[in-house]
Amino acid sequence: MAIYVLRRVLNMIPILIGVSVIIFFVFAMTPGDFVDSNQKLTPERQAELRALYGLDKPVLERYFIWMGNVLQGDFGYSMQHQIPVTSLLNQYLWNSFMIAVATLFLTWTIALFIGVFSAVRQHSWFDALVTLGVFATMSFPSFFLGLLLIKFFAVDLHWLPVGGMISTGSQTTGWAYVWEVAKHMILPVIVLTVLGVGSLTRYFRTNMLDVIRQDFVRTARAKGLKEKVVVYKHALRNALLPAITLLAFELPGLFAGAIITEKIFNWPGVGQIHMQALEIRDYPVLMGLTMLLSMLTIVGNLLADIMYGVADPRVRIK
Amino acid sequence: MSDAMLEVKDLKKYYPITGGLFGRTVAHVKAVDGISLSIAKGETFGLVGESGSGKSTVGRTILRLTDKTAGEVRFKGKDLYSLSKQDLRQIRPEMQLVFQDPYGSLNPRMRIGDAIGEALLDHGRASRAEVRDKVLETLALCGLSSSHIDRYPHEFSGGQRQRVGIARAIILNPEFLVADEPVSALDVSIQAQIINLFSDLRDRQGLTYLFISHDLSVVEHLCSTIGVMYLGSMVEMAPRDELFAQPLHPYTRALLSAVPIPDPTLKRERIVLRGDIPSPVDPPSGCKFHTRCPVATDACRESAPEFREVGSGHFVACHLV
Repeated sequence: MAIYVLRRVLNMIPILIGVSVIIFFVFAMTPGDFVDSNQKLTPERQAELRALYGLDKPVLERYFIWMGNVLQGDFGYSMQHQIPVTSLLNQYLWNSFMIAVATLFLTWTIALFIGVFSAVRQHSWFDALVTLGVFATMSFPSFFLGLLLIKFFAVDLHWLPVGGMISTGSQTTGWAYVWEVAKHMILPVIVLTVLGVGSLTRYFRTNMLDVIRQDFVRTARAKGLKEKVVVYKHALRNALLPAITLLAFELPGLFAGAIITEKIFNWPGVGQIHMQALEIRDYPVLMGLTMLLSMLTIVGNLLADIMYGVADPRVRIK
Repeated sequence: MSDAMLEVKDLKKYYPITGGLFGRTVAHVKAVDGISLSIAKGETFGLVGESGSGKSTVGRTILRLTDKTAGEVRFKGKDLYSLSKQDLRQIRPEMQLVFQDPYGSLNPRMRIGDAIGEALLDHGRASRAEVRDKVLETLALCGLSSSHIDRYPHEFSGGQRQRVGIARAIILNPEFLVADEPVSALDVSIQAQIINLFSDLRDRQGLTYLFISHDLSVVEHLCSTIGVMYLGSMVEMAPRDELFAQPLHPYTRALLSAVPIPDPTLKRERIVLRGDIPSPVDPPSGCKFHTRCPVATDACRESAPEFREVGSGHFVACHLV
């Protein structure tokens, strides 16, 4: 098992190198660079700045310079923010992470309950209603739902703040600070949960329906087991297996940020940083963030395989 | 018959087919279309027929694992379909089922010891401490070793899995066992072992069987009474020796002529049926078998023959008998 994990970790190295090559060249080949985004600069000043940032060198050389620094643990400086990429990301990543974790927890819990319940009562009115609701929520654009919630709960009712992470000029500390951030989180988390819960509900419902039709569930019934035992012990546990993979794949999503929702609620998350970096071609930030997400994706994959092995005796790694 | 373990009267199971824009029921698959049979205590009843003749559905409907459409099932005198869910659950240990697919019928994530012992615990038939001993005892009875108890289903061969399936069914000490094609997924040498296991269990525990199979030679070995199904209906039912010596229905004759005999010098007339079994959605009028019957007359096309007794315990549904 230890050797298996080690082998998989070693496998990550060539994959990450490949990913970095592709991403770097895609970014580098996009027309324009960071200096172009400021149109007030004279051509001389532009050339000066390009030389300063190293943007005048050939692409290949730039890649190796960047790679060399990364190998020494240096992801470079953000051109826009003028601070190291690592400290920039560290500052914003966790804001996005908070929202994502809360959303993940809510989405999975709600989807699991509703999905399983509507599978057990397939074709009932509850099931029909869930299907309707699922498609309705999935088709809402996030900006529409977000603005609607702001209008109702923040503007009209004054129950919740309009946006941001803390109130402007707020000096709270300790539990008061936690409470303040939590209040600001509610609306964005609701939006993301509503948008995400639909497809996951369908997923759990389908999985459950697949398993419920199998012979071993009929066996369990023929044994005269209580219906609860049949559904939850025999059917549900098997239906949850494929979900493990899905859960592990959520890992990069926890740090990716939600661009549109963060924008609407003015949440200082990494999604906004990502978007800005794209707009003004802040290469070090783009590269740093993308590499982080690739690494998390690969780690998520590895976790999925390990967890699957633990949960399913048929694929247990010997 | 008062000593009947199981009595089935005019059992029907139709599956609705929905179609059209609004999902109305447009037709029915008549999987089981009026079956009556009676199995005495200790008897082994063999139910044979082609794939799609409704044998498995009979097995499941008799155990109320799917709902019936019409008819009556009495198990030890009790009407199964009038029992409450709770009472049904309580009576389940007395009537068990062995499935055709020995792999699909075992929960892949459960050690077989747990799967076999689970129902004992759930029904309060044994304490947690006793279960393991009981499971070991049953495993031994079914020809499995004690080291198998902590293994998962995928670690067994097909024949072993079927033994697990049987152990799972008999540990509850049932009086009645439905075996739904229990050997058709196994190769011939294993088939013989499993059939011997069934007959040992009958001798030892006095089990009553409904043995479903498409293989007449398997049924011949084990069953005292045999019923032949065609397209959801029973066409002939007789004691084993009588049926093999004197088959009356043309369909039974055709089936018997297809049973291989282990003597290559012996020649016999082979009756080959033309065509496939018709769809149970829209079964032929009159006698359902007339489309493939080598001796069908006009009467067969027009009216359905009655299932009537022609000798002692020998029933047949054919105009020509």
